Amino acid sequence: MIVIDVLLVILTAVLAVVIWRLLTGPTDADRVVAVDLAFVVFVAGTALLAVRLRAPSALILVLAATLVGFLATVALAHLLERRSP
Amino acid sequence: MTVQEIADDTLAVTGTVLIAIAALGLLRLPDAYNRANAVSKAAALGVVCVLLGVLILILTPATAAILGLAIILQLLTTPFGAYAAARAAYRSGAPFSAGTRREDLPPPAARQE
Repeated sequence: MIVIDVLLVILTAVLAVVIWRLLTGPTDADRVVAVDLAFVVFVAGTALLAVRLRAPSALILVLAATLVGFLATVALAHLLERRSP
Repeated sequence: MTVQEIADDTLAVTGTVLIAIAALGLLRLPDAYNRANAVSKAAALGVVCVLLGVLILILTPATAAILGLAIILQLLTTPFGAYAAARAAYRSGAPFSAGTRREDLPPPAARQE
């Protein structure tokens, strides 16, 4: 269990990097990439939390977040593509 | 520690380290295309490793079905998401880093001014 605690702290640090890139990213394309990584961190963190809290029913959130993350990335990319520069 | 716990910890640590490497790439690489490359490869492999580790630790038919579907969907959708992000970056005129040698595509409308 102590291993999973350390891994969750590492994932928190990764989210801090994502937020820094969201705030300061020079272009909007960097922000789309940052959102992509944020959903990956959410999926991994939810799976680890399901083990840590002994709640296997939370694993359904992993499946939902996978689909929402893909749709969010594609939708943001289309918004970026269609917007007149 | 049992063999099951050792395998689970190894896979989970490997996956989290790969996600941390993706974050390092997002932090340090010079332009949007390099960052999309780092995030798509390292993060997709990392999240699949983490999910496999969790699957080894909680091995029931229900979790096997859910996590197996999640792993397959992650492997199928991540390359397309990265492709869409990179194409949108190119068409919205995101600048290249200074080390980029050649540009084979015709310049998009956003960069032609």
